[in-house]
Amino acid sequence: MAFIQNVPFFSIILSMVSGIVSSVLKRNAARRVTLALATAVLILNSMLTVFIFRTGESYTYMMGHFPAPWGNEIRAGLLESVMACCFALIMLLSLLGGLHKVDLQINEHKQNLYFIMADLMLASLLALVYTNDSFTAYVFIEINTIAACALIMSRQNGHCLVAATKYMIMNLLASGLLLMALTFLYGLTGHLLMSNIRESVQALHESGQYNTALTVVVVLITVSLCIKSALFPFHEWLPDAYGYSTPASAAMLSSLISKSYLFLLIKIYYRVFGLEVVRMSGITNILFLFGALGMILGSVSAIRERDIRRMVAFSSVAQIGYIYMALGLGTKEGTAAAIFHMIVHAAAKSMLFLSSSGLIDVSGDIKQFRPLRGSGYRNIPAGVAFTVGALSMVGVPLMGGFLSKMYVASSALSIGGMKAVIVLAGLGISTILNTVYFLHTVISIYRPNKDAVPACEKPDTLSGIALWAMAAFNVLLGTFSVPLYNAIRTGLDMFA
Amino acid sequence: MALLFTEHLYETVSVILFGIGFTTLLLNRNLIKKIIGLNIMDTAVYLFLASMGYIEGRVAPIVVNNVTDMEVYINPVPSGLVLTGIVVSVSVTALMLALTIRLYRRYGTLDIDRITALAKGEQE
Repeated sequence: MAFIQNVPFFSIILSMVSGIVSSVLKRNAARRVTLALATAVLILNSMLTVFIFRTGESYTYMMGHFPAPWGNEIRAGLLESVMACCFALIMLLSLLGGLHKVDLQINEHKQNLYFIMADLMLASLLALVYTNDSFTAYVFIEINTIAACALIMSRQNGHCLVAATKYMIMNLLASGLLLMALTFLYGLTGHLLMSNIRESVQALHESGQYNTALTVVVVLITVSLCIKSALFPFHEWLPDAYGYSTPASAAMLSSLISKSYLFLLIKIYYRVFGLEVVRMSGITNILFLFGALGMILGSVSAIRERDIRRMVAFSSVAQIGYIYMALGLGTKEGTAAAIFHMIVHAAAKSMLFLSSSGLIDVSGDIKQFRPLRGSGYRNIPAGVAFTVGALSMVGVPLMGGFLSKMYVASSALSIGGMKAVIVLAGLGISTILNTVYFLHTVISIYRPNKDAVPACEKPDTLSGIALWAMAAFNVLLGTFSVPLYNAIRTGLDMFA
Repeated sequence: MALLFTEHLYETVSVILFGIGFTTLLLNRNLIKKIIGLNIMDTAVYLFLASMGYIEGRVAPIVVNNVTDMEVYINPVPSGLVLTGIVVSVSVTALMLALTIRLYRRYGTLDIDRITALAKGEQE
């Protein structure tokens, strides 16, 4: 076994240890530890990606002293390591971009707690990505939920407390459903490790036994993870949680936490049930329907919103809709497109949250559109970053958003039938709606301001650098995405 | 149907309890009652797990007098899952209670709808 294969375990344990160590550190030290941690995880996982790419094989890693059917396992393939890299990179950039606001908005003596939560969030993200054990996934989902709740409420005003409470309630409902589903699944198959469950499920499916029970399990797991990742009818907690929390939290919540649940859902579909059982249950059609609805209705809500950060939050609902619609196609191409869009959306949405807060800062701290006029000139990196993110979300060629739409459309066309028609129509309508609200905002931030600009501090240099880096990452995703897309395809093949 | 209450009594009861807890957590407006609902919901799952691991006529999986025969003991895995689950639900309950205290101090009520309405009127 090569030493590099320890990376998944090392990165998870490193994140947890950093969290524990940060509890006795001062805020500056805790901050440095967290930034160093994200960098280290990024470097380690990129090395692992190269290693797995060279060997072309996934591997399992035994945790503790007991072999497969009893002990706990980690599994690493190309897809997992690529996701871990993206998560670490986006977390690093979001934190860098949001540090200034964290300093201003969070009580000075409690800032180290914020970084503990960020460390724990990274630990649970990595564990969700790498774990091969269904119950471990449940436990880390709960850790993720707690960390996310703390990240929302860290800016202790009334809005954030209420948003955090609502977030907790919805997530606890979802966790309950997931726990129940995993219990049922354990009762049906007698296993907790994903690969063992897969074998039993396959046998049950072929013998035709317990088909109803399997369907119930699939539905419960899907509904629970849909609530957690804010698919359309369950998105009620989202705008407040993203709109009022400190920008770094909003960026990490929208781009990392919701994506980790989506990734887990895909992993469960492929590694626990197998695509056939999932398709048999018919849940993919429901995901498809709600994804398409969310895509349209999320954009409609975004158009009606007059507060720029809540507008960006509603746009998340629409983009999650895209991902679920692609997933709902029920084919491997569709899933690959969904994963690609997950990465694109994560990169663009974190940037949009950070840049919109940068634009608000230079406009007298008002989130309405009128005072924002001309803010693109007053804070140049934020203006550029917002424009790049908006173009990517609208789906302008050469940007990531365009490619993912193209992948979704082409995988829909390869299925044909009613679904292809709905996908193409939905993509058309939602592109128009996206254009309406994003370009409206871009135009208004570059429109010369005739009103007097309120005096405000100069934009922070560090967040400027982070925004430039994020914009570069987004452009890179749009222009050199072929290796990434191929890696996703190979990783998905390794899954099954 | 009768089988549900004779053969699978524990499972049936736990699913009913789960439903009660779930609806309380979802629909009740009082935050404390929501937390009680959360606990009922989680406990229902633990009942389900514990009843699944239990095998009639066997003893707890603790080795005494060097009896290592598998046929003597019940399945230990569900009990382990219950323990893990209890730890998780204790921590989320603590977090929810802490949030409730903060909200009560700020708004003087436990009604989530009233709290939402009061928070809407606030300046950010």
